[in-house]
Amino acid sequence: MSNSSNISEIISTNNIVGGVGKNISHDSSLKHANGTAIYVDDIRVPENALHLYAFPSPHAHAEITSMDLSQVEAADGVALVLTANDIRGLNDVSPTHSGDDPLLAVGKVVFQGQAIFAVAANSLNQARAAAQLAKISFKPLPAILSIDEALAKDSFVFAPQVMAQGNAEAELKNAKNTLSGKLNIGGQDHFYLEGQASLVIPGEDDNVLVHCSTQHPSEVQAHVAQVLGVERNAVTVEVRRMGGGFGGKETQASPWAALAAMTAVKTGRPAKMRLVRDDDMIMTGKRHPFQISYEVGFNDAGIVTALDMTLVSDCGHSLDLSRAINDRALFHADNCYYIANMRVKGLKCRTNKVSNTAFRGFGGPQGMMAIEEVMDQVANALGKDPLAVRQANLYTTTNNTTHYGMVVEDNVAGELIAQLQASSNYNQRKADIEAFNASSKFVKKGIALTPLKFGISFTTKFLNQAGALIHIYADGSVQLNHGGTEMGQGLFTKVAQIVANTLNIDLSHIKITATNTGKVPNTSPTAASSGTDMNGMAAKLAAEKLVGRLRKFAIEHYGVSEAEVTFLPNQVRVGEQTFSFKNFVHNAYMERIQLSATGFYATPKINFDPETGKGRPFLYFSYGASVSEVAVDTLTGETKVVQVDILHDVGRSLNPTIDHGQIEGGFIQGMGWLTNEELFWNGDGALKTHAPSTYKIPTMGDRPDIFNIALFDNENMEDTVYKSKAVGEPPLMLAISTFRAIWQAVNGGLNAPATPEAILNAYEEQQ
Amino acid sequence: MTELTQNIKFLLGEEEVNIELNDASTCNTTVLEFLREIKHLKGTKEGCGEGDCGACTVVLVTEENGKLHKKAVNSCIQFLPTLDGKQLLSVEHVHDHPAISAMATNNASQCGFCTPGFTMSLVAMYENGSSDISDDLAGNLCRCTGYGPIIDAAISMGDKPTSDPDLVTRLQKLKQNSDGVASANYFAPTSIAKLAETYAKHPDATLLAGGTDVGLWVSKQHRLLEKIICLGNVAELKILNETDSTINIGAGVTYSQAIDIINSNYPQFGEIIRRTGAKQVRNVGTIGGNIANGSPIGDSPPVLIALGACIVLQNGNKTRELAIEDFFINYGKQDIGKAEFISNIIIPKNQPLKAYKISKRHDQDISAVLGAFSIVVKDGLVLGARIAFGGMAGTPKRAKACEQALVGKVFDMATIENACAALEGDFTPLSDMRASANYRMKVAKNLLKKCYLEMTEA
Repeated sequence: MSNSSNISEIISTNNIVGGVGKNISHDSSLKHANGTAIYVDDIRVPENALHLYAFPSPHAHAEITSMDLSQVEAADGVALVLTANDIRGLNDVSPTHSGDDPLLAVGKVVFQGQAIFAVAANSLNQARAAAQLAKISFKPLPAILSIDEALAKDSFVFAPQVMAQGNAEAELKNAKNTLSGKLNIGGQDHFYLEGQASLVIPGEDDNVLVHCSTQHPSEVQAHVAQVLGVERNAVTVEVRRMGGGFGGKETQASPWAALAAMTAVKTGRPAKMRLVRDDDMIMTGKRHPFQISYEVGFNDAGIVTALDMTLVSDCGHSLDLSRAINDRALFHADNCYYIANMRVKGLKCRTNKVSNTAFRGFGGPQGMMAIEEVMDQVANALGKDPLAVRQANLYTTTNNTTHYGMVVEDNVAGELIAQLQASSNYNQRKADIEAFNASSKFVKKGIALTPLKFGISFTTKFLNQAGALIHIYADGSVQLNHGGTEMGQGLFTKVAQIVANTLNIDLSHIKITATNTGKVPNTSPTAASSGTDMNGMAAKLAAEKLVGRLRKFAIEHYGVSEAEVTFLPNQVRVGEQTFSFKNFVHNAYMERIQLSATGFYATPKINFDPETGKGRPFLYFSYGASVSEVAVDTLTGETKVVQVDILHDVGRSLNPTIDHGQIEGGFIQGMGWLTNEELFWNGDGALKTHAPSTYKIPTMGDRPDIFNIALFDNENMEDTVYKSKAVGEPPLMLAISTFRAIWQAVNGGLNAPATPEAILNAYEEQQ
Repeated sequence: MTELTQNIKFLLGEEEVNIELNDASTCNTTVLEFLREIKHLKGTKEGCGEGDCGACTVVLVTEENGKLHKKAVNSCIQFLPTLDGKQLLSVEHVHDHPAISAMATNNASQCGFCTPGFTMSLVAMYENGSSDISDDLAGNLCRCTGYGPIIDAAISMGDKPTSDPDLVTRLQKLKQNSDGVASANYFAPTSIAKLAETYAKHPDATLLAGGTDVGLWVSKQHRLLEKIICLGNVAELKILNETDSTINIGAGVTYSQAIDIINSNYPQFGEIIRRTGAKQVRNVGTIGGNIANGSPIGDSPPVLIALGACIVLQNGNKTRELAIEDFFINYGKQDIGKAEFISNIIIPKNQPLKAYKISKRHDQDISAVLGAFSIVVKDGLVLGARIAFGGMAGTPKRAKACEQALVGKVFDMATIENACAALEGDFTPLSDMRASANYRMKVAKNLLKKCYLEMTEA
């Protein structure tokens, strides 16, 4: 083979296009903009496809005393009506196999919106209309609709968890100052723009191909198989992209896939189930509301010497992921602060509401909200600057053990905070605000700086594994498969950049593919911010295997030493010869070299023992801090976020543009959670905010007028992929500074979300 | 040639589409359903089905007096027959538009589901030479980006309205063929006389103005409207003019069309109209509809009541004038007869006005409370007061006890406190998902204080 370099290849040898660290646009950005990106509901279905509607329970808790669906079955266009009796396998879609998440109700309903039966018809309108003809009698039962009622009735989905160090009880007695308080934190709807959707194509035997909008294809596969009563090898789940996930498509995608799969198998026709907005909001889980109570002891310098805190979550009717979510709240109840004597207890309430689930931050935000409330209360009690109190309590190189026993090794919060304090001009602005408030009649301003430290890894150990499968075709093009899913976060782009770097070829040669359980099996959910860390590493390992084989081929085939083989950008140098990557790969193929490899990654170092409440649940921490300035109209409670400054740690950024997008988007989503996004249930347990007309996520005008975002210069001290850090969830918690700033403006007494009403109530209470 | 036709004709991009309105379900088909299910054009997304998220935004091009108007609308609540004589552009029809590359190259998308809707709002912005980004895009929700890169995209795109004389001719030709649509289920009369006649013949029909409320009866409540009378083509309902003493707004005038004249007379009313709905809503929604639907939380009625505005109602060839405050009788009950309709709204000019809209979110939210105050003060004395609230009762309603506590009194904080207390006699508000009764009452009082502070500060 001759050296076949041409001019364009020589030009490109300086560097590959699209490697790690570059500002690469999302791989689908043009398709997003021109409408050609395909989501589940956009897949063209055959004319004979069926469309499903699930009939929601009108009661929060009731016995089903009779059910007559004969008119439903006889209605126009109806092909099939499904009840629990039609389930050949197991009637459960619990992610933890707790058996309390029936796909279709049996004998009783436990929340408003629970699916009782499903109808498959020629159109969704026909299915919905038919379902209204059902004759069902209910005997209403007493319902538990609040955390307080659940506590009073000892209604829990799981046992309490305690994490502690030192002796909080004793040191509270010894403390110079103490205070206690409560904080209520509301839930949040994910409001992904694309609702839950599954399309099932029946195959031979009882095989099904499930196109599903989910963050967890392997779990959908498992649940579909379990409901159908088949082995998982009969079910293939494919996800090209989601129109947003945020945790809401981790466990919440399965029921609709399973109902569509049952329909497809029973009728032999393709079946689609898509939840329209109201049904989606009523029938699927949300962020957990929390009730915090605490007792804190502190010295006159503002150092917290003892803290006893209880974090109670409203889990809804079933366990779902509530145990791990409440645990993560406990893991983050220290945030960046060393508290020598700390005891934190988590209680998980069962209520007659939709089962709450994963949502960006996974309990972490609620835990941080708790400790940040404590910091402000301490500062307030002492008349000290809240930032000074926060700084006084930070972990140090010696005070570095968390209440769950993990040592904080890369503690950078202090340095990061100091940088942000200076760059945001915090001190001067705080003084200006005090002067403004002294003279302003009814507009009051507030400013707050809050830090964050977020643990990265699934606290459920077995989930910390990922796989990838890379093919190099004989023309030198690469197909990339891994277990991570794309929900907009840019995972596919980042992993492709990693593979481009590892193979040292341009990004344009790497084909991104849909996530498919047939390509990479037994995948973990794309969650816990771990998508890039784990799948990126698995893909890197697969690519390294291929490089290793190609290197070995070069040595053996061309009779050169290892040192004489160099993978140049888009080229391979072997001794004196230089091949284009394409030709080199072709040569390897002709010599029967395997050009397909898998990669597998299991996160190292992690362990946690729930019995003792001790361990190292995280590989590392991500850090960040933000300053929010707000203006509050104290006559109406209306708020404007005037300025936000963010400094955030993503380690060595794999793609600064995409990381920037995660930070900004996460912040705004967190700001929505803590300000306008209020979930309102009426006294019967019916959610009344189930559409954007009543549930208000931030719109463009809510964005801070001045919004500065910078990346903290840091590299991950752990051996992560190219020294990067996770970025998915942590930025959401930057928005806690907005809540604290409003709290400052009204002098406390505020619960979340800080709606105009909550703010006005708090303000008047303090007057 | 003039004739009534059962068919509608419009352009879908460049393709001429001719649809026979042969049943109610065709007439109830939304533009979104038409695009996605009938034409299999899947670029336009359904995000909410109620005109509140903008994922389904399309651009409608209309021709008037040789000029093209391009407006962003929510296709999920727009009925198919209303496309008659227009051009419909979905994201598939703008593939070379600068809006696309602006969105694609500024990292303005993450999950991408809302993105085609943003693209179409940007197309409308570009074509209209608008640069009020935050207002133009307030009707498009994005859950991923935090909006910054989308603002960058809007800025980078610039604006260069394109003219298209061919399209003017084609749209004129489409309209020449008919004098209005009349099928068994859908009527689109072109004159007020025809409207009166049609409504008299079909008093059970639903009057359709912008459809930002009626559209939801179909998209959300899944009702089938057997007969629809579309007001959009009635020339007389589009009058918009002012004299020295009044503004006259036809019931078919959209918020977008009315906003300039309102703004120039009553800037705070203009801002309330702006916040009533985002661009896609204002481009089709009407003040006439905002009154006629009788909602207790419509934004314009309290302001109109405070200003002493009235409406003109027509039934057959009879007309009558009615103060807007008298139109609202009780929740769900208005002073409007069978086959009677609102033809226009007359607003007196040169009144004092302070008006405040309170909602959880600033833009595109339904009011918890809306307070409107027209208080005349001379030499420190209150000479007159017209105060009205929305969200405080089953109807938009005047606060008569509060007014009485003000009129003839010294305009000071003591009087205001008394007037605030009097509000308790005027209203017994409800608690719901937007606000509690307690907050509503508290904020109603505080708005009066705010009004006082603003009036006395100046």
